[in-house]
Amino acid sequence: MISFAALTREIQGVALGASAGGIEVLSALLSSLRADCPASFFIVLHIPRERPSLLAEIFAARCALPVKEAEDKEPVQAGTVYFAPPDYHLLLDRGPAFALSSDAPVHFSRPSIDVLFESAADIYEERLLGVILTGANQDGAHGLAAIGRAGGRTVVQEPASAAVPFLPEAALQEGPVDCVLTLERLQDLFATWGAKE
Amino acid sequence: MTSSVSDIELPLLLEAIYRRYHYDFRGYASASLKRRLAQAMDRFSCRTLSQLQDLVLHQPVLFPTLLDFLTVQVSEMFRDPPYFRALREKVVPLLRTYPSLKVWVAGCSTGEEVYSLAILLQEEGLLERSLIYATDINASALERAQSGIYDAARVAGFTDNHRKSGARSSLSDYYTAAYGKAVFDKSLKSNIVFADHSLSTDSAFSEVQLVSCRNVLIYFDRQLQDRVLGLFRDSLCRKGFLGLGAKESVRFSAHSYAFSDFVANDKIFRKEAS
Repeated sequence: MISFAALTREIQGVALGASAGGIEVLSALLSSLRADCPASFFIVLHIPRERPSLLAEIFAARCALPVKEAEDKEPVQAGTVYFAPPDYHLLLDRGPAFALSSDAPVHFSRPSIDVLFESAADIYEERLLGVILTGANQDGAHGLAAIGRAGGRTVVQEPASAAVPFLPEAALQEGPVDCVLTLERLQDLFATWGAKE
Repeated sequence: MTSSVSDIELPLLLEAIYRRYHYDFRGYASASLKRRLAQAMDRFSCRTLSQLQDLVLHQPVLFPTLLDFLTVQVSEMFRDPPYFRALREKVVPLLRTYPSLKVWVAGCSTGEEVYSLAILLQEEGLLERSLIYATDINASALERAQSGIYDAARVAGFTDNHRKSGARSSLSDYYTAAYGKAVFDKSLKSNIVFADHSLSTDSAFSEVQLVSCRNVLIYFDRQLQDRVLGLFRDSLCRKGFLGLGAKESVRFSAHSYAFSDFVANDKIFRKEAS
């Protein structure tokens, strides 16, 4: 198991994916973040498609960093949390900037965690941390492996601590991952990120 | 490392496609393009974009399949019902004031949006005096659009969307179901012209009152987005309407001055008078 410092060193982007049970976990994690955390966070949370999505608003109230829905071609800012809009895939493109697509759902999901993770791995390479959280669908397992192959670091929520363990288990099977953390340890990781060393 | 190599390969492949087949993808946003090309590489058993380039340059017979990977966009009828409701409630009353109507569905792919608009205009009593231009760069997608045939399994979703759009009739009035397919009415097609048109390389071809182009601009880079919005500005009559996808806008383009918000929430813009 590698240390928190090794896990976050030189990391500029954090890609998070969750489905069933995700709101509670993300709420705990995003409220742990410090205002001086330098990373950009990209989040796909599977929710029933609807518009407008209230996710950014819901989490903005609980997070020390600015939280917003990512817009097409928008340049990525440091220290900012971005959610994928409902019913679109969110991708990272050169810049880095965001790109949206309405290509077919992947694993019945749009936005898809795989699509976000694979495109972010391509742009950020070893400067990316991928985090797979609770979920009932396997979308995200391939994407996390792609992050690992591109030289990024990979974390999976410990299945036993996840509301729905299927997605973390799928990610571990696809493996290898750098770190398996309980929700509490994930909160610790986020809470210490940006603290002056 | 691999990604920097593919950053070299991608523009070369797009240049090769442009020179050999005159389809211009050089202004497409690379993230989605790479994803679609990765699927094409799988299909053609290529390990690299360079191999794909070799294949497509030397075997023209494969190009239409590659074109499908690059362009085909599966939509739904009445996707985003609030958009169609806003057209019906806010735009149609103004369209009624024209003695004849022209509508351009740009990048229509397999036609779901075209039939949605035709049905909406029919319900509002306007189809008879309307002409809908349905354009795309992919000839085989246009053929499918023209056939008006969709999998019956998709029709339940279409029907649900249609109802939420403020329908004045039942969707089943417009199609016949047989052998797992739903065949849309020929009468809808008599006012539709399907045509090959490239937003990357062709120019405006008619003056229209409404352009509907949804979830197409997100696939283009800023420069190509500007070109296309310029085409729409040139095609629209004074005070004409432009409908974009839920996550698209004229706001950041060089032509933002030419349009004003008409129904901001549903991404319907209006060409300024000047």
